[in-house]
Amino acid sequence: MTTWFASPADAVDRLGTAGYLADRATATTAFLAGSLEKPLLVEGPAGVGKTELAKAVARATGAELVRLQCYEGLDEARALYEWNYKKQLLRIQASGEQEWDATHDDIFTDEFLLTRPLLTAIRREEPTVLLIDEVDKTDVEVEGLLLEVLSDFQVTIPELGTVTAVRRPFVVLTSNATRELSEAVKRRCLFLHLDYPDAEREREIVSSQVPELEDRLAEQLVAMVGRLRELELKKAPSIAESVDWARTLVALEIRDLDDKAVDDTLGVVLKHASDTDRAVRELRLRK
Amino acid sequence: MSRSGLLDRHLAFLEALRAAGLPVSLAEDLDAVTALQALPWDDRATLREGYAATLVKKPSFRPTFDTLFDLYFPRLVGAGADRGPDDEAGAGEDAPGPRDNGPALAAFREQLLDALAAGDQQTLARLAAEMVGRFGAMPGRGPGLSSWSAYTALQRVAPSELVDKIVAALLAQGRTGEEAQRVAGRRLGGFTGMVEDDARRRIAEEKGPDHVAKVAVRPTIDRLDFLQARRSDLEEMRREIYPLARRLATRMTQEHHAHRRGALDFRRTVRASLSTGGVPLTTHHKPKRPHRTELVVLCDVSGSVANFAQFTLLLVFALRDQFQKVRAFTFIDHVHEVTQHFRPGADVADVMADLAASTSHAALWGRTNYGRAFTKFAEEHPDALGPKSSLLVLGDARSNYSDLALGPLKEMAATARHSWWLNPEHRRHWDTGDSAARAYGEVVPMAECRNLTQLGEFVHDIL
Repeated sequence: MTTWFASPADAVDRLGTAGYLADRATATTAFLAGSLEKPLLVEGPAGVGKTELAKAVARATGAELVRLQCYEGLDEARALYEWNYKKQLLRIQASGEQEWDATHDDIFTDEFLLTRPLLTAIRREEPTVLLIDEVDKTDVEVEGLLLEVLSDFQVTIPELGTVTAVRRPFVVLTSNATRELSEAVKRRCLFLHLDYPDAEREREIVSSQVPELEDRLAEQLVAMVGRLRELELKKAPSIAESVDWARTLVALEIRDLDDKAVDDTLGVVLKHASDTDRAVRELRLRK
Repeated sequence: MSRSGLLDRHLAFLEALRAAGLPVSLAEDLDAVTALQALPWDDRATLREGYAATLVKKPSFRPTFDTLFDLYFPRLVGAGADRGPDDEAGAGEDAPGPRDNGPALAAFREQLLDALAAGDQQTLARLAAEMVGRFGAMPGRGPGLSSWSAYTALQRVAPSELVDKIVAALLAQGRTGEEAQRVAGRRLGGFTGMVEDDARRRIAEEKGPDHVAKVAVRPTIDRLDFLQARRSDLEEMRREIYPLARRLATRMTQEHHAHRRGALDFRRTVRASLSTGGVPLTTHHKPKRPHRTELVVLCDVSGSVANFAQFTLLLVFALRDQFQKVRAFTFIDHVHEVTQHFRPGADVADVMADLAASTSHAALWGRTNYGRAFTKFAEEHPDALGPKSSLLVLGDARSNYSDLALGPLKEMAATARHSWWLNPEHRRHWDTGDSAARAYGEVVPMAECRNLTQLGEFVHDIL
């Protein structure tokens, strides 16, 4: 068994080296998820770096990332495993005179098993980060499927028996909270609510993602994003938008974020017409 | 394992969390203990995050958790190490004499103003502790009877009088007028919260945290009564409306999909069975037509229940695509239609402002009169209700002892397909004083709806 992180401070360092600036809550929770070997449920608004956290953990610990993207209608065959029917059919046709019993044993072996992300992550012997993305998009039935995987790290395949994890993967589940996950799933996970970062940390993130951005401009940008978040907007700008904005400013070679520059590029950060109107009016961008 | 004081404290903390409504299971309890073993002990903030990760599984519980954590694992004891060098440097000269005097107050307010204008959280936390210690002490008759009052401290220092100065300072930092107002309000609200936290902490030190936890912890935002919400709470609730609407819409879409199969489509089933020799192996079903109601909302917007009416209207309009049509009317003693304020994609704050401005149209004399409002509604908008529409009345059914006009309401209820009445008062207050809850409840089924959770459940059930 490897330990993922030695301490919360170690988590901050190594995630930082991997390009993810973690705050104390994130680092502590990531450390606990590793040392308690429990799945980590990350919730928060879109674009605050939930998925990125899982990728950063993989980079920082040299583990491989296995990703399961959830969507409505996701089922066992897509999440866990599936038998390769076509190949089985060929096998039966090719067997010719062979006894049925022998054929039957033959076609339910590893050779005919198509592993999907959940099973792949459990069977891997090298360190693995399993990312179950946007788990709130799935149907309630899939949550039931996840329960066995998340609590015991094992999968039962009727024809083969129970597959137990040789090495427990580091599991990260992300959710946008469009619906409440069941208590049973939440109970099995550690919970982390990621929110918009404070100004200092956001400036560091923007600077590390867009190194070409001048420091003074980065400060102006972060201050402006902070002011936008204080307005009552439908969708407040998140870190992803700040970074996009920084890239836009660099691309347009804007050196000073004055009212006109903000007004011209506001479409990068605000995605609703009514939000733009409100921002223009309240911040008096158009004199 | 011998029982340590730490385990007792941990268990008491968990009990308090459960009492405050957080569902903390035994499994989570064990996780927390395991987490505590894994974590370094020298850092209180890390410890807090460790507890939060294992015990708090819903963001709306976090404020309650933080309050209780501060009670059971206090930041400092008594006046604490904060009586340190920097503090003495600031107010050292009056240390020997009585520390609560005019000059001290003036000096303190200066410091507070600077900190609030700068928005410096650490200084503010230090000042809050100092403020309760200095201006909020209530000497008791004997040892252990002295207490602390956030109320007294806030009255003495009166930070709310600093608003204008903070706004001026913020304007000087280059913010616009409205923005400065809002930021100042928010920072003051935050500071008031800190002062209350600190008073709680000091009381907990003397009387034990269990005592304070029982009485002083506020319910989470989605369980907070509409009628008891403060201004800062209302703002927070308003931010919750769209996420709530989105969650409801997702949940309803999923439930509709789950029952997507309608009645058997006989023709298609037989047709499909031809390819299997007349054996209907797969059945085909008619798609289920989603039933969409027309909703007519009548809401009382008199002072006492105005907030409740606004929240319900916002939620209903956020979910408008689930209805075929929504019409909204407000009343105090006269009916006024407000449907036009809810444009698709309109800004929440603007809608609220428009609604508040239009309140004057709903009143002739300004005293709530349900009877007159119902009569007027029946006279002026007879076309609003039909066999396809549902009627939703919002109000506390307190009609100032006037004529109830049960006749017109009965007719309205009979015309509509369904009718409901939402009452924001606790059930035990119904029929007290001038409340006509029972009389109206016999005509239109009445439900209690005091907080966002109940509101969400109700809206989900009627759809």
